[in-house]
Amino acid sequence: MRKNILTYLEDTAARLPDKLAFSTGKEGMTFSEVQKGAAAIGSFLAKRSFYGEPVVIFMDKHPRTVTSFFGVIYAGCFYVCLDEKMPEARMRAILDSVCPRIILCDKKNQKAAEALGIGEVFLYDDIAGGEIDRDELLTVRRRQCDTDAIYVVFTSGSTGMPKGVVACHRSVIDYTDALSDALGFSEETVFANQTPLYFDAPLKELMPTLKFGATTYFVPKMLFSFPVRLIEYLNEYRINTVCWVVSAFVQISSLGALDTMIPRYLTKVAFGSEVFPRAQYDLWRKALPEAEFYNLYGPTEATGMSCYWRADRALATDEPIPVGVPFDNTDVLLLTEENTRAEQGEVGEICLRGTCVTLGYYRNPEKTAEVFTQNPLNSAYPEVIYRTGDIGRYNEHGELVFVCRKDSQIKHMGHRIELGEIESAALKQTGVSRACCLYDADGKRIALFFVGEISEAEMQQELSLYLPRYMMPAVLRSLDAMPLTDNGKIDRRKLLEWAKAEA
Amino acid sequence: MEKLLEILSGLHPDVDFSTTTDLVDDGILDSLDIVTLVTEIHAEFDVTIPAEEIVPENFNSADALMALIEKLDEE
Repeated sequence: MRKNILTYLEDTAARLPDKLAFSTGKEGMTFSEVQKGAAAIGSFLAKRSFYGEPVVIFMDKHPRTVTSFFGVIYAGCFYVCLDEKMPEARMRAILDSVCPRIILCDKKNQKAAEALGIGEVFLYDDIAGGEIDRDELLTVRRRQCDTDAIYVVFTSGSTGMPKGVVACHRSVIDYTDALSDALGFSEETVFANQTPLYFDAPLKELMPTLKFGATTYFVPKMLFSFPVRLIEYLNEYRINTVCWVVSAFVQISSLGALDTMIPRYLTKVAFGSEVFPRAQYDLWRKALPEAEFYNLYGPTEATGMSCYWRADRALATDEPIPVGVPFDNTDVLLLTEENTRAEQGEVGEICLRGTCVTLGYYRNPEKTAEVFTQNPLNSAYPEVIYRTGDIGRYNEHGELVFVCRKDSQIKHMGHRIELGEIESAALKQTGVSRACCLYDADGKRIALFFVGEISEAEMQQELSLYLPRYMMPAVLRSLDAMPLTDNGKIDRRKLLEWAKAEA
Repeated sequence: MEKLLEILSGLHPDVDFSTTTDLVDDGILDSLDIVTLVTEIHAEFDVTIPAEEIVPENFNSADALMALIEKLDEE
Protein backbone atom coordinates (compact mmCIF):
# COMPACT_ATOMS: atom_id res chain seq x y z
CA MET A 1 0.00 0.00 0.00
CA ARG A 2 1.25 3.45 -0.89
CA LYS A 3 1.31 5.43 2.32
CA ASN A 4 3.84 8.17 1.67
CA ILE A 5 3.75 10.64 -1.21
CA LEU A 6 7.56 10.50 -1.44
CA THR A 7 7.30 7.02 -2.94
CA TYR A 8 5.86 8.61 -6.09
CA LEU A 9 9.04 10.70 -6.34
CA GLU A 10 11.36 7.82 -5.52
CA ASP A 11 9.73 5.41 -7.98
CA THR A 12 9.82 7.92 -10.80
CA ALA A 13 13.37 9.12 -10.03
CA ALA A 14 14.50 5.48 -10.31
CA ARG A 15 12.58 4.90 -13.54
CA LEU A 16 13.14 8.23 -15.33
CA PRO A 17 16.11 9.86 -13.56
CA ASP A 18 17.06 12.23 -16.37
CA LYS A 19 13.62 13.31 -17.47
CA LEU A 20 12.66 16.95 -16.90
CA ALA A 21 10.30 17.12 -13.95
CA PHE A 22 9.76 20.82 -13.27
CA SER A 23 10.82 23.85 -15.27
CA THR A 24 10.24 27.57 -15.59
CA GLY A 25 11.16 27.31 -19.25
CA LYS A 26 14.55 28.84 -18.56
CA GLU A 27 15.59 26.64 -15.63
CA GLY A 28 14.55 23.09 -14.93
CA MET A 29 15.27 20.09 -12.71
CA THR A 30 15.11 16.37 -13.51
CA PHE A 31 13.41 13.80 -11.30
CA SER A 32 16.78 12.62 -10.04
CA GLU A 33 17.82 16.19 -9.16
CA VAL A 34 14.54 16.83 -7.35
CA GLN A 35 14.84 13.57 -5.42
CA LYS A 36 18.46 14.11 -4.39
CA GLY A 37 17.85 17.73 -3.43
CA ALA A 38 14.81 16.76 -1.38
CA ALA A 39 16.66 13.91 0.36
CA ALA A 40 19.53 16.27 1.25
CA ILE A 41 17.14 18.86 2.68
CA GLY A 42 15.34 16.08 4.55
CA SER A 43 18.62 14.80 6.01
CA PHE A 44 19.62 18.28 7.13
CA LEU A 45 16.32 18.86 8.93
CA ALA A 46 16.03 15.35 10.35
CA LYS A 47 19.51 15.47 11.88
CA ARG A 48 18.45 18.56 13.78
CA SER A 49 15.35 16.69 15.04
CA PHE A 50 12.62 18.86 13.66
CA TYR A 51 10.30 15.87 13.20
CA GLY A 52 6.61 16.76 13.05
CA GLU A 53 7.21 20.52 12.97
CA PRO A 54 6.15 23.16 10.47
CA VAL A 55 8.86 24.43 8.10
CA VAL A 56 8.21 27.66 6.27
CA ILE A 57 9.28 27.86 2.62
CA PHE A 58 9.86 31.44 1.49
CA MET A 59 10.82 31.15 -2.16
CA ASP A 60 9.79 32.25 -5.65
CA LYS A 61 7.97 29.81 -7.88
CA HIS A 62 10.72 27.52 -9.14
CA PRO A 63 11.61 23.78 -9.27
CA ARG A 64 13.74 24.46 -6.14
CA THR A 65 10.59 25.41 -4.22
CA VAL A 66 8.89 22.12 -5.03
CA THR A 67 12.10 20.27 -4.14
CA SER A 68 12.00 22.02 -0.76
CA PHE A 69 8.41 20.87 -0.18
CA PHE A 70 9.47 17.26 -0.58
CA GLY A 71 12.61 17.87 1.46
CA VAL A 72 10.46 19.01 4.36
CA ILE A 73 8.33 15.87 4.05
CA TYR A 74 11.49 13.70 3.97
CA ALA A 75 12.22 15.05 7.45
CA GLY A 76 8.76 14.08 8.66
CA CYS A 77 7.79 17.76 8.81
CA PHE A 78 5.07 19.70 7.00
CA TYR A 79 5.54 22.74 4.81
CA VAL A 80 3.94 26.17 4.85
CA CYS A 81 4.68 28.24 1.76
CA LEU A 82 5.04 32.02 1.77
CA ASP A 83 5.42 34.33 -1.20
CA GLU A 84 7.03 37.75 -1.47
CA LYS A 85 3.88 39.11 -3.10
CA MET A 86 1.67 38.20 -0.15
CA PRO A 87 0.33 41.22 1.69
CA GLU A 88 2.36 41.90 4.83
CA ALA A 89 -0.64 41.45 7.16
CA ARG A 90 -1.46 38.06 5.68
CA MET A 91 2.11 36.87 6.01
CA ARG A 92 2.18 37.99 9.66
CA ALA A 93 -1.08 36.24 10.41
CA ILE A 94 0.26 33.01 8.91
CA LEU A 95 3.54 33.22 10.82
CA ASP A 96 1.74 34.00 14.08
CA SER A 97 -0.35 30.91 13.59
CA VAL A 98 2.52 28.62 12.61
CA CYS A 99 5.39 29.96 14.79
CA PRO A 100 8.05 28.16 12.73
CA ARG A 101 11.51 27.41 14.11
CA ILE A 102 12.90 27.22 10.58
CA ILE A 103 12.50 29.16 7.38
CA LEU A 104 13.94 27.85 4.12
CA CYS A 105 14.52 30.53 1.49
CA ASP A 106 16.19 31.24 -1.82
CA LYS A 107 18.80 33.96 -2.33
CA LYS A 108 16.28 36.45 -3.62
CA ASN A 109 14.10 36.26 -0.52
CA GLN A 110 16.89 35.85 2.04
CA LYS A 111 16.82 39.45 3.29
CA ALA A 112 13.04 39.48 3.49
CA ALA A 113 13.06 36.15 5.34
CA GLU A 114 15.64 37.38 7.86
CA ALA A 115 13.68 40.60 8.33
CA LEU A 116 10.69 38.58 9.54
CA GLY A 117 12.58 38.04 12.78
CA ILE A 118 11.10 34.58 13.29
CA GLY A 119 12.99 31.30 13.46
CA GLU A 120 16.32 30.35 11.96
CA VAL A 121 16.73 31.14 8.24
CA PHE A 122 18.50 28.63 5.98
CA LEU A 123 19.42 29.12 2.35
CA TYR A 124 18.30 26.44 -0.11
CA ASP A 125 21.62 26.54 -1.96
CA ASP A 126 23.52 25.77 1.26
CA ILE A 127 21.47 22.67 2.04
CA ALA A 128 20.17 21.06 -1.15
CA GLY A 129 23.63 20.02 -2.32
CA GLY A 130 24.49 18.55 1.07
CA GLU A 131 25.00 15.02 2.27
CA ILE A 132 22.17 12.48 2.16
CA ASP A 133 21.96 10.53 5.41
CA ARG A 134 20.12 7.34 4.45
CA ASP A 135 19.94 5.97 7.99
CA GLU A 136 18.42 9.15 9.31
CA LEU A 137 15.84 9.23 6.49
CA LEU A 138 15.00 5.58 7.07
CA THR A 139 14.40 6.26 10.76
CA VAL A 140 12.00 9.04 9.83
CA ARG A 141 10.26 6.87 7.25
CA ARG A 142 9.65 4.10 9.79
CA ARG A 143 7.99 6.56 12.12
CA GLN A 144 5.78 8.20 9.49
CA CYS A 145 2.10 7.28 9.19
CA ASP A 146 -0.09 8.16 6.25
CA THR A 147 -2.16 10.34 8.56
CA ASP A 148 0.83 12.64 9.22
CA ALA A 149 0.47 16.24 8.05
CA ILE A 150 2.47 17.16 4.97
CA TYR A 151 1.38 20.77 4.42
CA VAL A 152 -0.70 23.58 5.77
CA VAL A 153 -2.33 25.75 3.12
CA PHE A 154 -3.90 29.02 4.18
CA THR A 155 -7.21 29.92 2.56
CA SER A 156 -8.26 33.50 2.12
CA GLY A 157 -11.04 33.26 4.70
CA SER A 158 -14.03 35.49 4.08
CA THR A 159 -13.50 37.22 7.41
CA GLY A 160 -9.99 38.24 6.39
CA MET A 161 -8.34 35.96 8.95
CA PRO A 162 -6.53 33.20 7.04
CA LYS A 163 -7.34 29.63 8.08
CA GLY A 164 -4.69 26.95 7.70
CA VAL A 165 -5.94 23.70 6.20
CA VAL A 166 -3.88 20.68 7.30
CA ALA A 167 -3.60 17.78 4.85
CA CYS A 168 -1.90 14.41 5.23
CA HIS A 169 -0.23 11.84 2.93
CA ARG A 170 -3.37 9.71 2.77
CA SER A 171 -5.71 12.37 1.39
CA VAL A 172 -3.15 13.67 -1.11
CA ILE A 173 -2.48 10.14 -2.42
CA ASP A 174 -6.24 9.55 -2.67
CA TYR A 175 -6.69 12.85 -4.52
CA THR A 176 -3.77 12.24 -6.87
CA ASP A 177 -5.03 8.81 -7.89
CA ALA A 178 -8.68 9.85 -8.28
CA LEU A 179 -7.90 13.03 -10.22
CA SER A 180 -5.44 11.23 -12.51
CA ASP A 181 -7.95 8.46 -13.27
CA ALA A 182 -10.72 10.92 -14.03
CA LEU A 183 -8.68 13.18 -16.30
CA GLY A 184 -6.41 10.51 -17.77
CA PHE A 185 -2.94 11.85 -17.03
CA SER A 186 0.14 9.90 -18.16
CA GLU A 187 3.88 10.11 -18.68
CA GLU A 188 3.16 12.11 -21.86
CA THR A 189 1.33 14.83 -19.92
CA VAL A 190 2.95 18.26 -20.07
CA PHE A 191 1.35 20.69 -17.62
CA ALA A 192 1.51 24.47 -17.54
CA ASN A 193 0.98 25.63 -13.97
CA GLN A 194 -0.82 28.92 -13.31
CA THR A 195 -1.71 28.98 -9.60
CA PRO A 196 0.68 30.09 -6.84
CA LEU A 197 2.51 27.32 -4.98
CA TYR A 198 1.18 28.43 -1.60
CA PHE A 199 -2.28 27.05 -2.38
CA ASP A 200 -3.51 23.48 -2.79
CA ALA A 201 -4.32 24.18 -6.45
CA PRO A 202 -0.82 23.29 -7.78
CA LEU A 203 -1.16 19.75 -6.37
CA LYS A 204 -3.09 19.06 -9.58
CA GLU A 205 0.15 19.40 -11.51
CA LEU A 206 2.84 18.56 -8.96
CA MET A 207 1.50 15.22 -7.79
CA PRO A 208 0.60 13.65 -11.16
CA THR A 209 3.99 14.83 -12.42
CA LEU A 210 5.63 12.72 -9.71
CA LYS A 211 3.23 9.83 -10.11
CA PHE A 212 3.61 9.39 -13.87
CA GLY A 213 6.91 11.05 -14.62
CA ALA A 214 5.13 13.85 -16.47
CA THR A 215 6.51 17.41 -16.72
CA THR A 216 5.24 20.67 -15.25
CA TYR A 217 6.19 24.12 -16.53
CA PHE A 218 5.75 27.06 -14.17
CA VAL A 219 4.45 29.80 -16.43
CA PRO A 220 5.85 33.25 -15.55
CA LYS A 221 2.97 35.20 -14.02
CA MET A 222 3.55 38.16 -16.31
CA LEU A 223 2.52 36.10 -19.35
CA PHE A 224 -1.04 35.88 -18.07
CA SER A 225 -1.36 39.60 -18.88
CA PHE A 226 -0.28 39.05 -22.47
CA PRO A 227 -2.43 36.29 -23.99
CA VAL A 228 -0.62 35.90 -27.31
CA ARG A 229 2.74 35.59 -25.56
CA LEU A 230 1.19 33.07 -23.21
CA ILE A 231 -0.06 30.96 -26.12
CA GLU A 232 3.41 31.19 -27.72
CA TYR A 233 4.85 29.84 -24.46
CA LEU A 234 2.34 26.97 -24.40
CA ASN A 235 3.26 26.11 -27.98
CA GLU A 236 7.00 26.42 -27.43
CA TYR A 237 6.93 23.83 -24.63
CA ARG A 238 4.20 21.72 -26.25
CA ILE A 239 1.89 22.04 -23.29
CA ASN A 240 -0.96 19.56 -23.63
CA THR A 241 -2.72 19.94 -20.27
CA VAL A 242 -3.80 22.97 -18.26
CA CYS A 243 -5.74 23.16 -14.97
CA TRP A 244 -6.34 26.88 -14.43
CA VAL A 245 -8.77 29.17 -12.68
CA VAL A 246 -11.52 30.48 -14.93
CA SER A 247 -10.23 34.06 -14.89
CA ALA A 248 -7.02 32.97 -16.65
CA PHE A 249 -9.02 31.50 -19.55
CA VAL A 250 -11.30 34.53 -19.72
CA GLN A 251 -8.31 36.88 -19.91
CA ILE A 252 -7.17 35.08 -23.08
CA SER A 253 -10.51 34.74 -24.81
CA SER A 254 -11.93 38.15 -23.93
CA LEU A 255 -8.91 39.96 -25.39
CA GLY A 256 -9.46 38.15 -28.67
CA ALA A 257 -6.23 36.13 -28.55
CA LEU A 258 -7.87 32.90 -29.73
CA ASP A 259 -8.64 34.57 -33.08
CA THR A 260 -4.93 35.18 -33.56
CA MET A 261 -3.31 32.05 -32.26
CA ILE A 262 -4.32 28.64 -30.92
CA PRO A 263 -2.54 26.67 -28.17
CA ARG A 264 -2.19 23.86 -30.67
CA TYR A 265 -0.87 21.07 -28.43
CA LEU A 266 -3.61 21.46 -25.81
CA THR A 267 -5.70 18.32 -25.50
CA LYS A 268 -6.93 18.61 -21.91
CA VAL A 269 -8.43 21.79 -20.54
CA ALA A 270 -9.52 21.72 -16.91
CA PHE A 271 -10.96 24.79 -15.24
CA GLY A 272 -12.49 25.46 -11.89
CA SER A 273 -12.82 27.50 -8.71
CA GLU A 274 -15.27 29.86 -10.37
CA VAL A 275 -18.25 29.80 -12.70
CA PHE A 276 -17.13 29.92 -16.34
CA PRO A 277 -19.22 32.56 -18.18
CA ARG A 278 -20.90 30.61 -20.96
CA ALA A 279 -19.99 32.95 -23.84
CA GLN A 280 -16.28 32.74 -22.94
CA TYR A 281 -16.47 28.98 -22.43
CA ASP A 282 -18.05 28.64 -25.88
CA LEU A 283 -15.18 30.63 -27.44
CA TRP A 284 -12.73 28.11 -25.99
CA ARG A 285 -14.76 25.12 -27.15
CA LYS A 286 -14.88 26.58 -30.64
CA ALA A 287 -11.15 27.30 -30.68
CA LEU A 288 -10.22 23.79 -29.50
CA PRO A 289 -12.92 21.48 -30.85
CA GLU A 290 -10.80 18.34 -30.37
CA ALA A 291 -9.74 19.01 -26.77
CA GLU A 292 -11.35 17.46 -23.69
CA PHE A 293 -12.82 20.02 -21.31
CA TYR A 294 -13.37 19.41 -17.62
CA ASN A 295 -15.06 21.49 -14.98
CA LEU A 296 -13.47 20.83 -11.59
CA TYR A 297 -15.03 21.63 -8.27
CA GLY A 298 -13.80 21.25 -4.74
CA PRO A 299 -12.66 22.97 -1.56
CA THR A 300 -9.15 23.10 -0.07
CA GLU A 301 -10.67 21.43 3.00
CA ALA A 302 -11.27 18.26 0.96
CA THR A 303 -7.65 18.30 -0.29
CA GLY A 304 -8.28 19.85 -3.70
CA MET A 305 -10.93 19.04 -6.22
CA SER A 306 -13.77 16.71 -5.29
CA CYS A 307 -16.03 16.61 -8.34
CA TYR A 308 -15.58 16.83 -12.10
CA TRP A 309 -17.72 17.14 -15.18
CA ARG A 310 -16.39 16.08 -18.54
CA ALA A 311 -17.87 18.26 -21.23
CA ASP A 312 -19.10 15.49 -23.48
CA ARG A 313 -22.55 16.79 -24.22
CA ALA A 314 -23.76 20.12 -25.58
CA LEU A 315 -25.28 22.44 -23.01
CA ALA A 316 -28.55 24.30 -23.46
CA THR A 317 -28.07 28.02 -24.12
CA ASP A 318 -28.57 29.17 -20.56
CA GLU A 319 -27.58 25.95 -18.81
CA PRO A 320 -24.85 26.37 -16.19
CA ILE A 321 -21.77 24.17 -16.59
CA PRO A 322 -22.38 21.26 -14.18
CA VAL A 323 -20.03 20.34 -11.36
CA GLY A 324 -20.72 16.75 -12.34
CA VAL A 325 -19.92 13.69 -10.27
CA PRO A 326 -17.59 13.09 -7.32
CA PHE A 327 -14.16 11.55 -7.83
CA ASP A 328 -13.70 7.89 -7.00
CA ASN A 329 -13.68 7.30 -3.23
CA THR A 330 -15.42 10.62 -2.55
CA ASP A 331 -19.09 10.88 -1.66
CA VAL A 332 -21.27 13.97 -1.93
CA LEU A 333 -24.06 14.44 0.59
CA LEU A 334 -26.53 17.11 -0.45
CA LEU A 335 -28.08 18.17 2.85
CA THR A 336 -31.12 20.34 3.46
CA GLU A 337 -31.30 22.78 6.36
CA GLU A 338 -32.98 20.00 8.35
CA ASN A 339 -29.94 17.78 7.71
CA THR A 340 -31.83 15.37 5.51
CA ARG A 341 -30.92 14.32 1.97
CA ALA A 342 -32.15 16.81 -0.62
CA GLU A 343 -34.67 15.30 -3.05
CA GLN A 344 -34.15 15.33 -6.81
CA GLY A 345 -34.28 18.97 -7.95
CA GLU A 346 -34.19 20.30 -4.39
CA VAL A 347 -31.25 22.44 -3.27
CA GLY A 348 -28.99 21.52 -0.39
CA GLU A 349 -25.55 22.17 1.06
CA ILE A 350 -22.79 20.22 -0.67
CA CYS A 351 -21.06 18.10 2.01
CA LEU A 352 -18.15 15.77 1.35
CA ARG A 353 -17.34 12.42 2.83
CA GLY A 354 -14.29 10.20 2.39
CA THR A 355 -10.51 10.06 2.66
CA CYS A 356 -10.35 13.41 0.85
CA VAL A 357 -11.54 15.25 3.98
CA THR A 358 -8.49 16.97 5.45
CA LEU A 359 -7.44 16.99 9.11
CA GLY A 360 -8.99 20.40 9.90
CA TYR A 361 -7.79 23.95 10.54
CA TYR A 362 -4.41 24.52 12.12
CA ARG A 363 -4.62 25.66 15.77
CA ASN A 364 -8.25 26.56 15.30
CA PRO A 365 -10.57 24.07 16.99
CA GLU A 366 -13.57 26.44 16.92
CA LYS A 367 -13.55 26.97 13.17
CA THR A 368 -12.77 23.29 12.64
CA ALA A 369 -15.79 22.21 14.69
CA GLU A 370 -18.06 24.49 12.66
CA VAL A 371 -17.48 22.82 9.31
CA PHE A 372 -15.78 19.46 9.98
CA THR A 373 -18.81 17.88 11.61
CA GLN A 374 -20.31 14.51 12.39
CA ASN A 375 -22.20 13.08 9.43
CA PRO A 376 -25.81 13.86 10.47
CA LEU A 377 -27.02 10.78 8.58
CA ASN A 378 -24.86 8.53 10.76
CA SER A 379 -25.71 8.31 14.45
CA ALA A 380 -23.88 5.02 15.01
CA TYR A 381 -20.16 5.95 15.12
CA PRO A 382 -17.85 8.94 14.59
CA GLU A 383 -17.65 9.96 10.95
CA VAL A 384 -16.44 13.40 9.90
CA ILE A 385 -17.80 15.18 6.86
CA TYR A 386 -16.84 18.59 5.51
CA ARG A 387 -19.59 21.13 4.98
CA THR A 388 -18.57 23.29 2.00
CA GLY A 389 -21.03 26.13 2.48
CA ASP A 390 -21.86 25.76 -1.22
CA ILE A 391 -25.44 25.17 -2.30
CA GLY A 392 -26.07 22.68 -5.08
CA ARG A 393 -28.74 20.55 -6.70
CA TYR A 394 -28.90 17.62 -9.11
CA ASN A 395 -30.03 18.25 -12.70
CA GLU A 396 -32.05 15.83 -14.80
CA HIS A 397 -28.86 14.05 -15.87
CA GLY A 398 -28.10 13.27 -12.24
CA GLU A 399 -25.17 15.69 -12.33
CA LEU A 400 -24.43 17.99 -9.44
CA VAL A 401 -24.85 21.69 -10.26
CA PHE A 402 -23.41 24.52 -8.20
CA VAL A 403 -26.14 27.00 -7.33
CA CYS A 404 -24.47 29.56 -5.09
CA ARG A 405 -22.60 30.10 -1.84
CA LYS A 406 -24.74 29.51 1.24
CA ASP A 407 -23.98 33.06 2.37
CA SER A 408 -25.09 34.43 -1.00
CA GLN A 409 -28.67 33.47 -0.21
CA ILE A 410 -29.81 36.69 1.34
CA LYS A 411 -32.93 38.05 2.94
CA HIS A 412 -33.70 41.44 1.44
CA MET A 413 -36.89 43.47 1.87
CA GLY A 414 -38.52 40.35 3.26
CA HIS A 415 -37.63 38.26 0.22
CA ARG A 416 -35.26 35.38 -0.01
CA ILE A 417 -32.87 36.21 -2.85
CA GLU A 418 -30.28 34.21 -4.67
CA LEU A 419 -27.43 36.52 -5.70
CA GLY A 420 -26.32 33.92 -8.26
CA GLU A 421 -29.62 34.42 -10.07
CA ILE A 422 -28.84 38.10 -10.55
CA GLU A 423 -25.38 37.20 -11.83
CA SER A 424 -26.85 34.74 -14.33
CA ALA A 425 -29.30 37.36 -15.57
CA ALA A 426 -26.43 39.80 -16.09
CA LEU A 427 -24.34 37.20 -17.91
CA LYS A 428 -27.18 36.53 -20.34
CA GLN A 429 -26.68 39.97 -21.89
CA THR A 430 -24.71 39.95 -25.12
CA GLY A 431 -21.12 41.05 -24.72
CA VAL A 432 -21.04 40.64 -20.94
CA SER A 433 -18.02 38.51 -20.05
CA ARG A 434 -18.10 38.64 -16.25
CA ALA A 435 -20.55 39.49 -13.51
CA CYS A 436 -20.37 39.42 -9.75
CA CYS A 437 -23.21 40.16 -7.37
CA LEU A 438 -22.77 40.90 -3.67
CA TYR A 439 -24.84 41.99 -0.73
CA ASP A 440 -23.80 44.84 1.50
CA ALA A 441 -25.51 43.63 4.66
CA ASP A 442 -24.79 46.87 6.56
CA GLY A 443 -26.23 49.15 3.90
CA LYS A 444 -28.83 46.49 2.98
CA ARG A 445 -28.07 46.94 -0.71
CA ILE A 446 -27.49 44.55 -3.59
CA ALA A 447 -24.47 45.44 -5.71
CA LEU A 448 -23.74 44.15 -9.18
CA PHE A 449 -20.40 44.56 -10.93
CA PHE A 450 -19.98 43.52 -14.54
CA VAL A 451 -17.51 43.62 -17.39
CA GLY A 452 -19.00 44.01 -20.85
CA GLU A 453 -19.81 46.11 -23.83
CA ILE A 454 -23.14 47.44 -22.58
CA SER A 455 -23.60 50.56 -20.46
CA GLU A 456 -24.87 50.62 -16.88
CA ALA A 457 -28.15 52.11 -18.07
CA GLU A 458 -28.60 49.37 -20.65
CA MET A 459 -27.82 46.72 -18.04
CA GLN A 460 -30.40 48.27 -15.70
CA GLN A 461 -32.96 48.19 -18.51
CA GLU A 462 -32.20 44.58 -19.44
CA LEU A 463 -32.20 43.29 -15.88
CA SER A 464 -35.62 44.79 -15.25
CA LEU A 465 -36.94 42.43 -17.93
CA TYR A 466 -35.68 39.41 -16.00
CA LEU A 467 -35.79 40.34 -12.34
CA PRO A 468 -38.51 41.42 -9.94
CA ARG A 469 -38.15 44.90 -8.43
CA TYR A 470 -36.83 43.64 -5.09
CA MET A 471 -33.97 41.83 -6.82
CA MET A 472 -32.75 44.85 -8.77
CA PRO A 473 -29.25 45.90 -7.67
CA ALA A 474 -29.09 49.26 -5.93
CA VAL A 475 -25.46 49.60 -6.94
CA LEU A 476 -24.76 48.72 -10.56
CA ARG A 477 -21.27 49.30 -11.90
CA SER A 478 -19.58 48.55 -15.17
CA LEU A 479 -15.88 47.72 -14.79
CA ASP A 480 -13.10 47.44 -17.36
CA ALA A 481 -11.95 44.28 -15.58
CA MET A 482 -12.66 42.35 -12.40
CA PRO A 483 -10.18 42.73 -9.54
CA LEU A 484 -8.54 39.37 -8.87
CA THR A 485 -7.17 37.59 -5.79
CA ASP A 486 -3.66 36.08 -5.60
CA ASN A 487 -5.12 32.86 -6.91
CA GLY A 488 -6.58 34.64 -9.92
CA LYS A 489 -10.22 34.45 -8.82
CA ILE A 490 -12.62 37.41 -8.64
CA ASP A 491 -11.76 39.38 -5.52
CA ARG A 492 -15.19 39.54 -3.87
CA ARG A 493 -13.90 41.28 -0.77
CA LYS A 494 -12.53 44.16 -2.79
CA LEU A 495 -15.81 44.44 -4.69
CA LEU A 496 -17.71 44.54 -1.42
CA GLU A 497 -15.47 47.37 -0.23
CA TRP A 498 -16.25 49.28 -3.41
CA ALA A 499 -19.96 48.62 -2.94
CA LYS A 500 -19.80 49.93 0.62
CA ALA A 501 -17.84 52.97 -0.52
CA GLU A 502 -20.73 53.93 -2.79
CA ALA A 503 -23.09 54.15 0.16
CA MET B 1 -0.35 62.02 -24.49
CA GLU B 2 -1.88 63.89 -21.58
CA LYS B 3 -5.03 61.83 -21.80
CA LEU B 4 -3.00 58.64 -21.73
CA LEU B 5 -0.96 59.78 -18.72
CA GLU B 6 -4.20 60.57 -16.96
CA ILE B 7 -5.50 57.04 -17.56
CA LEU B 8 -2.22 55.53 -16.34
CA SER B 9 -2.07 57.72 -13.23
CA GLY B 10 -5.61 56.63 -12.46
CA LEU B 11 -4.30 53.07 -12.17
CA HIS B 12 -1.20 53.84 -10.10
CA PRO B 13 -1.16 57.40 -8.71
CA ASP B 14 2.25 56.79 -7.13
CA VAL B 15 4.11 56.04 -10.38
CA ASP B 16 5.70 58.71 -12.60
CA PHE B 17 4.58 57.39 -15.97
CA SER B 18 6.34 60.10 -18.00
CA THR B 19 9.75 58.63 -17.10
CA THR B 20 9.26 54.95 -16.20
CA THR B 21 10.20 52.55 -19.00
CA ASP B 22 9.82 49.11 -17.41
CA LEU B 23 6.20 49.10 -16.33
CA VAL B 24 5.76 45.45 -17.22
CA ASP B 25 9.23 44.09 -16.44
CA ASP B 26 9.08 45.76 -13.03
CA GLY B 27 5.68 44.25 -12.32
CA ILE B 28 3.95 47.64 -11.96
CA LEU B 29 1.20 46.74 -14.43
CA ASP B 30 -0.68 43.53 -13.71
CA SER B 31 -3.24 41.67 -15.80
CA LEU B 32 -6.10 43.77 -14.42
CA ASP B 33 -4.27 46.94 -15.48
CA ILE B 34 -3.67 45.61 -18.97
CA VAL B 35 -7.35 44.82 -19.54
CA THR B 36 -8.31 48.19 -18.07
CA LEU B 37 -5.87 49.99 -20.39
CA VAL B 38 -7.15 48.17 -23.47
CA THR B 39 -10.72 49.13 -22.56
CA GLU B 40 -9.96 52.74 -21.59
CA ILE B 41 -7.87 53.35 -24.69
CA HIS B 42 -10.72 52.04 -26.79
CA ALA B 43 -13.13 54.42 -25.08
CA GLU B 44 -10.83 57.45 -25.10
CA PHE B 45 -9.00 57.17 -28.43
CA ASP B 46 -11.44 54.99 -30.37
CA VAL B 47 -8.74 52.49 -31.30
CA THR B 48 -8.99 48.76 -30.67
CA ILE B 49 -5.74 47.14 -29.63
CA PRO B 50 -5.67 43.74 -31.31
CA ALA B 51 -4.45 40.74 -29.31
CA GLU B 52 -1.17 40.51 -31.23
CA GLU B 53 -0.27 44.05 -30.09
CA ILE B 54 -0.97 43.26 -26.42
CA VAL B 55 2.67 42.46 -25.71
CA PRO B 56 5.06 43.73 -23.01
CA GLU B 57 7.04 45.94 -25.44
CA ASN B 58 3.96 48.04 -26.11
CA PHE B 59 3.08 48.48 -22.44
CA ASN B 60 6.48 49.08 -20.85
CA SER B 61 6.24 52.87 -21.08
CA ALA B 62 3.73 55.61 -21.79
CA ASP B 63 5.77 56.50 -24.90
CA ALA B 64 5.53 52.97 -26.30
CA LEU B 65 1.81 52.87 -25.62
CA MET B 66 1.30 56.27 -27.27
CA ALA B 67 3.26 55.15 -30.32
CA LEU B 68 1.02 52.08 -30.55
CA ILE B 69 -2.14 54.20 -30.32
CA GLU B 70 -0.87 56.52 -33.06
CA LYS B 71 0.07 53.61 -35.28
CA LEU B 72 -3.34 51.98 -34.86
CA ASP B 73 -5.07 55.31 -35.39
CA GLU B 74 -3.39 55.72 -38.80
CA GLU B 75 -4.35 52.26 -39.98
